[in-house]
Amino acid sequence: MKKLALFFIMATLILVLTACGNQEDSVDGGLSGIVKIDGSSTVFPITEAVAEEFQIANNKVQVTVGVSGTGGGFKKFTIGETDINDASRPIKDSEIAKTKENNINYLELPVAYDGLSVVVNKENDWVDYLTIDELKKIWEPNSQITKWSQVRPGWPDEEIKLYGPGTDSGTFDYFTEEIIGESGASRSDYTASEDDNVLVKGIEGDKYSLGYFGFAYYVENKERMKVVPIDAGNGPIVPTLKTINDGSYSPLSRPLFIYVNTESLKRPEVYEFVKFYMENAQLAEEVGYVRLPQNQYDENLQAIAAYQQ
Amino acid sequence: MIRHNGNIKDIEKRRKKNMFYFSLFLFATLFGVITLAVLLVDVFIKGIPWLDWQFLNSFPSRFPERAGIKSAFYGTLWMLGLTAPIAFILGVGTALYLNEYAGDTKLKQILQININNLAGVPSIVYGLLGLGVFVRGFALGRSLIAGSLTMVLLILPIIVVASQEALKSVPSSQRNASYALGATKWQTIRRVVIPAALPNILTGTILALSRAIGETAPLIMIGALTFVAFVPGSPMDSFTVLPIQIFNWTSRPQEDFQYIAAAGIIVLLVVLLSMNGLAIYLRNKYQNKY
Repeated sequence: MKKLALFFIMATLILVLTACGNQEDSVDGGLSGIVKIDGSSTVFPITEAVAEEFQIANNKVQVTVGVSGTGGGFKKFTIGETDINDASRPIKDSEIAKTKENNINYLELPVAYDGLSVVVNKENDWVDYLTIDELKKIWEPNSQITKWSQVRPGWPDEEIKLYGPGTDSGTFDYFTEEIIGESGASRSDYTASEDDNVLVKGIEGDKYSLGYFGFAYYVENKERMKVVPIDAGNGPIVPTLKTINDGSYSPLSRPLFIYVNTESLKRPEVYEFVKFYMENAQLAEEVGYVRLPQNQYDENLQAIAAYQQ
Repeated sequence: MIRHNGNIKDIEKRRKKNMFYFSLFLFATLFGVITLAVLLVDVFIKGIPWLDWQFLNSFPSRFPERAGIKSAFYGTLWMLGLTAPIAFILGVGTALYLNEYAGDTKLKQILQININNLAGVPSIVYGLLGLGVFVRGFALGRSLIAGSLTMVLLILPIIVVASQEALKSVPSSQRNASYALGATKWQTIRRVVIPAALPNILTGTILALSRAIGETAPLIMIGALTFVAFVPGSPMDSFTVLPIQIFNWTSRPQEDFQYIAAAGIIVLLVVLLSMNGLAIYLRNKYQNKY
């Protein structure tokens, strides 16, 4: 019996100890409360950076950021479980219907641009650019292309090794929609991974590889691979902060959004967080995305101003 | 003569066979051990340089040099503190009922079979159950208590089965002796059966809790979060735990985060090893009490 008591004392001790750890919250900063965020893994790095800086400035506010994917996040957002949803695509009609059902009003705020990068191995010296048609021929379902020489005459008669994100990824949806013309339609005999690191390593280690992923990952690993300029009819364009921002790197660049529940926005901690988000656009650039023109952030700030209490 | 020759050949053949099986089993043993050793060495080489007080006492960050494991570590401790007592009371209670009170009826057989089956259900299924029942049904939200209750469900079958085995191993002569002295059933259970079975029950419980600490899938399902830069203050708070934080770090592009993840794995290993050590200590200490 004593041992049983001992066990409970231990359990209680753990509880007390953890509770103690909590009391070190410092005193400054008047704002407090919780901001709940979930959604796209593409937008996560930006929101995470903003949340980190915001909590340094307001250390009584608790900001939580999840990564359920854009769709998974909207499932929680549309029933009012979260205050903000990160989204790498605009909200769908079915999701809008859900918000109406649950009496949820929201604001759509663009926060940055994301570009997709098509990359090859560093030692690849034959690819100068790829056209959208060539990309489509390579990646479409049941594609017959197995060798570089089949893409364009004169290229090496070597097997082309393909790397790309898996089907759960927003990047995959986006690429297939823009290049193949149908979301989710892609050949399946390529090395697929949700973990962009796997793709980076695969492309780095194989001279005859070709792959695609988010611009941020390319920027992080610039020196390990070569980016392919894309020709969509107006000549080959290299993805850079500038070409993504001015829209010339089309169609492989897209806007990223946050969706804010307007009821939540009336709470000062949520309002201040969103305001902070718009006033610190350089954070998006810092984590590898492209910032929007300044007037877009100003518009966002005006849009939320009506909800300040 | 001929027969003699045949015998010698036989011996050769049998020796070879003996050698073959010996090598096979040795290989089987070494395979696991060496893989584990390689993994551990890799993790330690990568993680040790990053493992310092700053790492233990900082919140997660997008900068590797600022990133720390504090919120995940406290999240895991909280979960342990909430899961342990609930799982222990429910698990041992169930085992006591099934072993000591329930008659050998159909109902008991059905319960028994179900408990054994539950131990084999994939953990993600418990995550779905937790999402439906605790997060949405009881409206506990994506909180520590919802996560802990889900973990209780996950490890309950293991604790019940381990406790039942422990109770069964108490000799019936001891119970009979207690009854012979005029003790009631509850007195017998409290004074004789539980003290004798407790070391094994505790061992089973602690091992089950170690499993709970390493689980990721059900917690992702119920919404334990990826970026949490505060220590939870009550069971209703949002939280993250060590395995989720480690998973998040390994999926980042910057190479430094792979090392940070290794440092996180070392912390998780230390927690797990100390729990297993505690289990062994308790078992040895109380084993031959009677």
